[in-house]
Amino acid sequence: MLELKNISFQVDTEGLGKEIIRDVSLTVPDRKLMVITGPNGGGKSTLAKLIAGIEKPTDGQIFWNGQEITDTGVTDRARMGIAYAFQQPVRFKGIRVLDLIRIAAGKNLSVADACEYLSAVGLCARDYMEREVNASLSGGELKRIEIATVLARNAALSVFDEPEAGIDLWSFRNLIDVFRQMRESIKDSSILIISHQERILNIADEIVVLRDGRVERQGTHAELYPGLMEGGASEPCECEGWARAMGKGGDA
Amino acid sequence: MLKLDEIQKRLLREVADLHEVPEGAYNIRSNSASAGRQSTANIEIVPKTEVSGLEIRIKPGTKNESVHIPVVMTQSGLKEVVYNDFFIGEGADVVIIAGCGIDNCGNQDSQHDGIHRFYVGKNAHIKYVEKHYGSGDGAGKRILNPGTEVYMEEGSSAEMEMVQIKGVDDTVRTTTAELAAGARLVVRERLMTHGDQRAVSTYVVNLNGEGSSADVVNRSVARDHSFQQFDAKIAGNAPCQGHTECDSIIMDQGRILAEPGLEANHVDAALVHEAAIGKIAGEQLVKLMTLGLTEAEAEEQIINGFLQ
Repeated sequence: MLELKNISFQVDTEGLGKEIIRDVSLTVPDRKLMVITGPNGGGKSTLAKLIAGIEKPTDGQIFWNGQEITDTGVTDRARMGIAYAFQQPVRFKGIRVLDLIRIAAGKNLSVADACEYLSAVGLCARDYMEREVNASLSGGELKRIEIATVLARNAALSVFDEPEAGIDLWSFRNLIDVFRQMRESIKDSSILIISHQERILNIADEIVVLRDGRVERQGTHAELYPGLMEGGASEPCECEGWARAMGKGGDA
Repeated sequence: MLKLDEIQKRLLREVADLHEVPEGAYNIRSNSASAGRQSTANIEIVPKTEVSGLEIRIKPGTKNESVHIPVVMTQSGLKEVVYNDFFIGEGADVVIIAGCGIDNCGNQDSQHDGIHRFYVGKNAHIKYVEKHYGSGDGAGKRILNPGTEVYMEEGSSAEMEMVQIKGVDDTVRTTTAELAAGARLVVRERLMTHGDQRAVSTYVVNLNGEGSSADVVNRSVARDHSFQQFDAKIAGNAPCQGHTECDSIIMDQGRILAEPGLEANHVDAALVHEAAIGKIAGEQLVKLMTLGLTEAEAEEQIINGFLQ
């Protein structure tokens, strides 16, 4: 179980402190799929980075299964069971897809086992294993590989930062299935997804709306989902109504 | 194996992946003397008489055979210049494994300058692999200055893989190539320097015949206080295609000078060069750390991948 207590995060811009996250307290319960949504610039991606340890809060505390991890680094949090999928996947010259999946799994997976993770994200695995994770792959391919690396970690908490960003419609539908399956097979793990997508919100157990760095609303799917839908939402390519209601995705 | 000690065997494993006597033709040079030599029906290895070195003659049409000519040096203070000439007959298709390992535990410099000349016959194909490796903690330097000359006849092709990852203090590598019509040269050079090492690699490739092509790619990592220089010049003297690329990771107080050069002497010469030098991207480290690696492990993975 992950708990954020009174977390704030401030950055200096031209000598002025700008608060990105303001006094956020939040619990990601075990065996649940939580979606954090909200307008662009609301601090969603920053919150994900704070959880992964990539950024350190300027105030507040983070607890993982009761143990304080506020000052724990990225590597140690990863080893404790926190996985994080980048919104914009990183490219590597010379590192193959297979290498990355093996690093993620923390063991020398067989090609067949590694293939399963790629198949789960809709990639024809054998075509990709030997490919380098570099600019020869499309944005959508990289994104799916990124998600596969998180699946391969079998983590206790998997954080996905806008998994739908940069992915085509067909892949997006598969992606929903991936999350649905993850949700169904949840045992002692939990899933946290940063997303604007109706279909992702629709499979959430809990929804948090983050606006201007604060938790604006938080509740179960039944409590929040209908209200959020009033702005209208649909597929990634047709999401104008939803975008109007929530603001478009960004890197905040 | 032959009359080699454990250090020599280890060097052989590093430079030529040899765990036992190789199959096919070979010559193993150890501390300036031949420790074993074998010719085959199609590949003849003959020592030169006037200078140190070998003549390797590969009969026309020879297929699927290999030649191993590794060199190991374990005596401190040894300096040698060796001339090896390869005559590859028309239509042959062979693999040539060279390489030099120096273990220097003494205080005097050890130096091996290997001059390799390749005469690649019409429509012949060679794959050439050359690995350089140094070990030993003596104050004496380990110095390797390879010179490679490639003369390629019509329709021939050569793939050359040159690797120097560890332990060589000083290297000046010079590679020249002359390509006739339809010949194709592919070079993949991988280089890592550390400590106070210095490595200079110079290429001059002349595309003389119509339809000839060259692709020279260098990937390198300079760590600690090391210095690297990469000069790759491709001259297009006919309708041809040339590409050179230098892609480098710089770390610590390392320095890298990349000077790609193109010279078009024909209106239909298509020549391209690319060069990029930069440190390891922070986001690459962070990504691998989110997969559970420490920063040092992540760095190692990135460098290993880059130099694959």
